[in-house]
Amino acid sequence: MAGILILGEIEGDALGSITGELATVGQALAATSGDEVAVALLGGTPDSFAGDAIAAGADKVYTVADPLLADGQIDAYLSAFEQAVQQTSPSVVLIGKTELGRDLGPRLAFRMGVGVAQDCVELSVDESTGRVSALRPVYGGNAMAKVTFQGDGIQIAVVRPKTTEAPEPDTSRTGETQALSVELESSVIKARRVDTVTQASEGVRLEDATIVVSGGRGLGGEEPFETLAGLASMLGGAMGASRAACDAGWLDHSYQVGLTGKTITPDLYITVAISGASQHMAGCSGAKHVVAINRDQDANIFKSCSYGVVGDWNKVLPAFIETVSELINS
Amino acid sequence: MALNIIVCAKQVVDPETPASAFRIDPDTKQVVPAQGIPPVVNGFDENAVEAALQIKEASSDATITVLSVGSGFVMDVMKKPLSMGADQLILVDDPAVGNLDAFGTATALAEAIRKIGEYDLILCGRQASDWDNAMVPLGIAEILGLPCITIAQKIEVSDDGVTVHKALSDGYEVVKAELPAVVTITNELGEPRYPTLRGIMTASRKTPTVWDASEVGLSHDQLSHKLDLTELYIPVSDTECEFIEGEDDADSGRLLALKLREARLI
Repeated sequence: MAGILILGEIEGDALGSITGELATVGQALAATSGDEVAVALLGGTPDSFAGDAIAAGADKVYTVADPLLADGQIDAYLSAFEQAVQQTSPSVVLIGKTELGRDLGPRLAFRMGVGVAQDCVELSVDESTGRVSALRPVYGGNAMAKVTFQGDGIQIAVVRPKTTEAPEPDTSRTGETQALSVELESSVIKARRVDTVTQASEGVRLEDATIVVSGGRGLGGEEPFETLAGLASMLGGAMGASRAACDAGWLDHSYQVGLTGKTITPDLYITVAISGASQHMAGCSGAKHVVAINRDQDANIFKSCSYGVVGDWNKVLPAFIETVSELINS
Repeated sequence: MALNIIVCAKQVVDPETPASAFRIDPDTKQVVPAQGIPPVVNGFDENAVEAALQIKEASSDATITVLSVGSGFVMDVMKKPLSMGADQLILVDDPAVGNLDAFGTATALAEAIRKIGEYDLILCGRQASDWDNAMVPLGIAEILGLPCITIAQKIEVSDDGVTVHKALSDGYEVVKAELPAVVTITNELGEPRYPTLRGIMTASRKTPTVWDASEVGLSHDQLSHKLDLTELYIPVSDTECEFIEGEDDADSGRLLALKLREARLI
């Protein structure tokens, strides 16, 4: 049992960025353990992405092709990936905490009777034991837990996206591609996705925005969010909200930033009337600069802020927006 | 149609505990509950109770059993689902199951569900606000060999099985499965109802069924940790906030904009 196996993800007609991120994480572990870093690509016709996976940092690619894998049913993926793991016997399996991975990783672990660490933000290898340790936020981000895999079984780590940067593709890299054959019956699909309804968002996507403006429960209603949306659009950014504001029905949950909402990584994150509960901060810990307008000077949000104003948003915000507008238009 | 619904619920440290009162004992590597702040039923588990009640209202003949595994239960807290309208409460209450990892918790819950015997739908919160693993429901499904659908913002039960709207970051998926199945519920489903006075009275007259680990048939080996918790600590922020203070609030807003321009952030 040796080697690091990554569950690659294909998004539409490209290799998902999580695959490159995991290759970076895997190569960092391999620097200590000396393991080979392999990527498993599952799909209807995954072979065409093998070169991309190697350019993204894989030493080797395993492909698993089956018509049942073409439309991304998780039960089929799980069955196929379990067989790929059994055939390649890695010591470490890396999976992204994506829509697919956050369920597939733990289910694989329970199915195989091995340990799994969910939502890891940092991984390391103990040089003496060769076992992996993982750092993960718990209690909504109030605390950090370091966990170490017990025993000698396969170690499955589900890694939070955007904790490392995917490398620029290096097309000079070379590596072997090997096709694995698995047995897959349609009866393994016990929960079947029959439809996907996508709500197209207007303007810049929250996850991609370099500037995000968010409001919280303190705004008191729907109307102030129109003002925030105007500010976001003026700055070429996107608008978000706290869970409390979404739960109140002022905004759709697609605007929610936080542990169970969207993870954002803007250069500038402007929050208005957001207290900064750890649940919210878990979704914006990757923001380079946080700015807060809040009337409570003890609000948790100020602990993460570069700049803050203690005051009534009703009075602070209009003057702020007016000045921003002047600066941008001058 | 007669429907047996099991809702798995966990007693957790109140996640609304102010950050200033949040303490960790580094020796035991456990969170020290803040004085005077009682534990609560995990918020997403209350969403799961709400989902069960909505299904019961739509189907007329459903029984809702709330199941929890742990130790040190506060009965008034754990009875809340009963006061919301659930029919019965079963607690696997034993020091042996008081500090399990997700693997052990899923095993203990799955064994308890086997002991209950009759079940059509197992509902859980999408994750617990203490360890944020979102793994236990997946484990229950794998151990019992059931279909599993996560993060339901809408759930309907019919003769063909269960239909779920699974929340995505930019929409939702419609997912179907036959019963019995495990489904996890998210807050998008809607606020859990408040207990009525009548509900509280009814709940106060109900006695939970309490099992110990051996009655559920749990062995020590089954519950051993797959992961060892080696450190638990409160992260320190290295950010120092520069407070912008003008003559009044409006002036502060103006100065904030100027500061952001000076810092080349806008």
